[in-house]
Amino acid sequence: MEATDIGWTGLAASLVLVALALALSLIQRLGLELEIGWASLRAGVQLLIVGAALVLVLDDDTPVALSWVWVVAMIGFAAFTIRSSASDVPGILGVSLASMAAITVVSMGVIFGLGIFPHEPVAIVPVAGMLIGNSMSQTVLAANRVVAEIGEKRTEVEARLALGQPATVAARPYVAQALRTALIPQIERTKATGIVILPGAMTGLILAGVDPTDAVLIQLAVMYLILGSVATSVTIVGLGVRRQLFTADHRLVRLDEAA
Amino acid sequence: MTATAPPLFSFNDVSVSVDGRLALDRVSLQIERTGITAVVGPSGSGKTTLLRLCNRLTVPSSGWVRYRGEPLDQLDPLTLRRAVGMVFQVPTPFPGTVRDNLLVAVADASEVAMVAALEDAGLERSFLSRDAQALSGGEAQRVCLARTLLTEPAVLLLDEPTSALDIDARLAFEGVVRRIADAGTSVVWVTHDLEQAQRVADRSIVLMGGRVASEAEARRFVQRGVAGQPDAQNGGNDGSD
Repeated sequence: MEATDIGWTGLAASLVLVALALALSLIQRLGLELEIGWASLRAGVQLLIVGAALVLVLDDDTPVALSWVWVVAMIGFAAFTIRSSASDVPGILGVSLASMAAITVVSMGVIFGLGIFPHEPVAIVPVAGMLIGNSMSQTVLAANRVVAEIGEKRTEVEARLALGQPATVAARPYVAQALRTALIPQIERTKATGIVILPGAMTGLILAGVDPTDAVLIQLAVMYLILGSVATSVTIVGLGVRRQLFTADHRLVRLDEAA
Repeated sequence: MTATAPPLFSFNDVSVSVDGRLALDRVSLQIERTGITAVVGPSGSGKTTLLRLCNRLTVPSSGWVRYRGEPLDQLDPLTLRRAVGMVFQVPTPFPGTVRDNLLVAVADASEVAMVAALEDAGLERSFLSRDAQALSGGEAQRVCLARTLLTEPAVLLLDEPTSALDIDARLAFEGVVRRIADAGTSVVWVTHDLEQAQRVADRSIVLMGGRVASEAEARRFVQRGVAGQPDAQNGGNDGSD
């Protein structure tokens, strides 16, 4: 099977579907034309810039270290994106930086330590991107849910503290509920894989000419790593945010002061 | 000659700032060891803040608080909170049965201890298997009281515990607390209901505008019956009152 090369003409043709979305928005008076146009343009420019940079990073003559520099930059960018999406959460920048760094170190350690993928730029950058990217949205959800759960159940939490429970124990049921809420979408996606959802990586590999069996194996490995990464990042962020909400002497801080 | 035992709580020049506003303003007072001490005053007078200082759910912005002569900030907060139990204004039953609720307070509580705590709070053994979040307001508040009593506190802090209850449940709750106080547990009871304070308390402290009221202010407060007015702003435990 030949590798797929859609070229600039193919890319332009794919914009027909964007035009269709614009038309639907106009006809239905959804008022989303600008949003759709801006999102499409922004994605195009971002990906083209990233693609150009990736050509340099993934070049055979480029040292592997540059790929890791790229990964570090991705972690930083992800943390700032999370902060902007969860700006009411106290200490979210530090917590999300720690979370993204932790899942990258652990996941990449497993991937390259066990030889799942070769330690080459062509594997390092895309795999790190998938793990970090998939963890970001769930991390934002987890951070916001922990703050909301504890804020909504403030009296219950304080009743537990008043019974002499340490902050970690008093907050546990509410943090657990928030983490369940944040993890369920990823678990559902994993369960539906192959039945409802044909994962992007596998589809891309098949389109690029890789044997479907090999594509499935790679996709499965990636999927398990993503599930593990999302679970890890969500847990780290949940526990990190919880820590921000209590003082060292087991008092629940006022959430408006903590932010 | 025996030395005089220090008071239950001593407040010395205590101020608490909440949202840039002084909830308590240089308050100095003492709470006696025995019986029921009522803390009364109108909305925003600092009653709840005063109560929360007693078990360190709130800490002073300045000044100090002592518990039986010991500086509060030098005591382990978890040990302190088990000795100084608190029941909140709004009943806070946790999900699960009444038994589950009691086990939150003492994870290895025996059946005998749980039943005793329920009976002390005026509830029967049969409540153990009831869904705690399906109880009436009065029953739920008594479960919360039983949950607190299970930790065998030396002091019971009550933050307007009957404000959400009807008159029958309110009187029943007062009777239960009176028995607990007579059995030796010190009680500090915050209420805006002056009649209730007169019914249950052995002594009262009147707060006005974050300060201890002078005798003249307290007298005027009692005469006007301000404390008996419905108090729409007094619905939370955010430490602002």
